[in-house]
Amino acid sequence: MSMPFYVSPEQMTQDKAEFARKGIARGRSLITLEYDEGILLVAENPLNLSKIGEIYDRIGFAGVGKYSEFDRLRQLGIQYADIQGFRFSREDVRAKALANLYSQMIGDEFNRAIKPLEVEIVVAEIGDPESPAHSANALYNVNFDGSILELEGFSVIGGANDNVKRHVEVNYQENMTLETALELGHDALQRAENGTSDLPPESLEVCLLDRSRTGRKFIRLTSPDVKEILTK
Amino acid sequence: MATRFRRRTKLRFRFNGGYLGSSFNELLNDQCPELRPDFKGSELSAPFLSSEGTTVLALRYEGGVLVAGDRLATIGHQVASREIDKVYATDLHSVMAIAGAAGPAIEMARLLRIQLEHYEKIEGAPLELEGKANTLAQLIKQNLPMAMQGLVVVPVFAGFDLRRSIGRLWRYEPTGGRYEERDFDSVGSGSIFARESLKKSYRRDLNRSLAINLAIEALTDAADEDRATGGVDLVRGIFPLIKLCEQQGTEDVEEEEIREAYDRVVASQRLRLSR
Repeated sequence: MSMPFYVSPEQMTQDKAEFARKGIARGRSLITLEYDEGILLVAENPLNLSKIGEIYDRIGFAGVGKYSEFDRLRQLGIQYADIQGFRFSREDVRAKALANLYSQMIGDEFNRAIKPLEVEIVVAEIGDPESPAHSANALYNVNFDGSILELEGFSVIGGANDNVKRHVEVNYQENMTLETALELGHDALQRAENGTSDLPPESLEVCLLDRSRTGRKFIRLTSPDVKEILTK
Repeated sequence: MATRFRRRTKLRFRFNGGYLGSSFNELLNDQCPELRPDFKGSELSAPFLSSEGTTVLALRYEGGVLVAGDRLATIGHQVASREIDKVYATDLHSVMAIAGAAGPAIEMARLLRIQLEHYEKIEGAPLELEGKANTLAQLIKQNLPMAMQGLVVVPVFAGFDLRRSIGRLWRYEPTGGRYEERDFDSVGSGSIFARESLKKSYRRDLNRSLAINLAIEALTDAADEDRATGGVDLVRGIFPLIKLCEQQGTEDVEEEEIREAYDRVVASQRLRLSR
């Protein structure tokens, strides 16, 4: 009779984490930046399969890593948000609760499943000036092991992102205009170790949570829009 | 005790094994059936459980489609609300107007709006107008057990078809049957009179302001003949609601414009009577 090998919990967790990290590092980075009129999400993605998506009126989602996995998470986020909004009111759907749910779901998979999720995600929420308790923007990262980070101003996830992250850290300023923010994002993505230094606007995926819009704040910019903003 | 630890925590939202489609309606049935009304097997007949919305109408004009409704809801012979909203924008390019049992109808409009948005977010693109009309048909079909007990919902659905660049409108029956109307339609207690009124003056080349005039005239005629239809309440300053669906989206007609249209309708009727 063969005996199963004993693997210590430390070893198993480390192995899983290393596996997930490797998977995520293979892809490209994704940058989230707050600007004066909203939140900008930008990624290198020439494909139709998008990394960034709308969750609810004020909430956007972005994921890097394995497409099938973060897209499923995006769908689950929409399901959760729409049910909460239907059950209570549209104003009761909050990024904090959603980020917590993601954290639990991803953490649960990390602990129980043999293969952890190879994803890192961002949940971004534009502040609501009419609600005193939620007037500020909120930005959360959830990692492959379910660990959750609350951020201010910007976030960089995915890819071999050290250069990208450093560039954003050094150059980020509060209350940038959309043009400056997009330029910074574009510039930073070009500095990725596994990226190209001449990234055409067509291969950028750009979405905004735009404070000036009524109702649903999320908007996806088309390539011509992106080009126009970048050449301003 | 051992089983207590072995049992998996039951998360409503799980990464594996949850609902995978793009229908909010199915999602609710699957995950939160307690949020759906359940009338199955109940014996009650419920004509007075819900107030009734009265007259709404839709008509096509050059450039789009107009949807209008009066503001009155009745319960039996009494007023339930003078200021109920029966015309709902369900997304950027579609509008639903309700008549019949107000409670279930408003819930249905809300559900349709979430359903259309849910689909758009999950799939990354909105449904075609035809698809939206079918979605509503399914919601109505689901309501059939309630309709059998007297809570009938009869909506009009209209929208701008971006594929064909025209406004379109549909009427429904409680079984879920849906019928596209070519020019105009009206449902609710005063609908006979509104339809007759529209029939006499409708033209296919109506512009925006003529269309608003016609809608106000039809609602005024309906309110004149049908006691349950609200019409214009000058004492309280309550006017019918009108929404327009055009290429660039859905728009509310300003109260000022409705007031002016109403003044014109009244003036021409006075003139006719004084001759």
